[in-house]
Amino acid sequence: MLSKKNKEILLGPLSKNNPVIVQILGICSALAVTAKLEPALVMAVSVTAVVAFANVIISLLRNTIPNSIRIIVQLVVVAALVIIVDQVLKAYMYQVSKQLSVFVGLIITNCILMGRLEAFALSHKPWESFLDGIGNGVGYGIILVIVAFFRELLGSGTLFGYQVIPQQMYDWGYQNNGLMILPPMALITVACIIWVHRSRNKDLQQ
Amino acid sequence: MENLNLFVKSIFIDNMIFAYFLGMCSYLAVSKNVKTAFGLGIAVTFVLAITLPVNYLLETYVLKAGALKWLGPEYAQLDLSFLSLIMFIAIIASMVQLVEMFVEKYSPSLYASLGIFLPLIAVNCAILGGSLFMQQRNFPSVGSATVYGIGSGIGWLLAIVCLAAIREKLSYSNIPAPLRGIGITFIITGLMGIAFMSFLGIKL
Repeated sequence: MLSKKNKEILLGPLSKNNPVIVQILGICSALAVTAKLEPALVMAVSVTAVVAFANVIISLLRNTIPNSIRIIVQLVVVAALVIIVDQVLKAYMYQVSKQLSVFVGLIITNCILMGRLEAFALSHKPWESFLDGIGNGVGYGIILVIVAFFRELLGSGTLFGYQVIPQQMYDWGYQNNGLMILPPMALITVACIIWVHRSRNKDLQQ
Repeated sequence: MENLNLFVKSIFIDNMIFAYFLGMCSYLAVSKNVKTAFGLGIAVTFVLAITLPVNYLLETYVLKAGALKWLGPEYAQLDLSFLSLIMFIAIIASMVQLVEMFVEKYSPSLYASLGIFLPLIAVNCAILGGSLFMQQRNFPSVGSATVYGIGSGIGWLLAIVCLAAIREKLSYSNIPAPLRGIGITFIITGLMGIAFMSFLGIKL
């Protein structure tokens, strides 16, 4: 079930081969939805589901897809899955879906998807592709959650909408850093993560 | 006047890169020298300028709730908006194919230097993002949709050319090893984003 090779496929993308900070894929949504923890988590789960199932579907179809039209086929499969996710979010989590706005639709053009489909699913069996999809989705999710954690904690003093910085701190003169909520700080937070990650993994440095 | 306002706003304030982070993948990957960056920027602007009006017409006359009224009263209740994602991406993919053939014929050198990134414009978030924002904002006419498309394209072009110019200079500087390459690029983009925030509130 989980041989050594499969474990590698599943766990590799978590750190050594992380889609966001090592392969630099799927940056757009990773930055845009991370002002708060809740939408970031929902986004991470949605992307994981879409990558995993798109990988399985493309992997099942891999021998029947003509090479010249594979991009269109991949786009259609992904678009269909994203429409399902979009409708589910609208039905059950309307508030979050409003916050994510266009970024749910933009999962279609998330580079992680096309990257994994092209590089992995087209040449591997369904079960391995499924693990690869889960691994990459979770690797993407980890970065999202880390960025959102710092931005929400420092920017609004809350986590998942609950106040975590006690009122006493504010009485002593602590202020929320409003800059953390603004878009540019997302980039700088990711840059810090890359910095820490690369100084721990010397072989990734240029 | 309103369109001019929209144009300026979509370039500077609602900048695709600095306000919404759309199209970051190719923005980070193709910004190593100014010439290639400029070529890609032009291609993105061109695709945005074509796809937005087409998608606007599609949205208004086919997909929106009640948009099929012109076919007859019995179609008036149809709401096909759940199909919009797949329709938009189909339009975009075919337009990109068109641009690719065009560039290959008229500018082989640009075609060679853009390489894989030309077909990947189809999965550039900025293009689909433009269409989705257009859908969200309910533009009054096809004209303002086109203006919005051209404006956001130029905003993207501006951002990528600036970054490429900075990165060209940066290759001579001494950066801490873990930040070299992609890390410093993120920080620069963040700082440029802060600079662009000073345009906030401009109204013509």
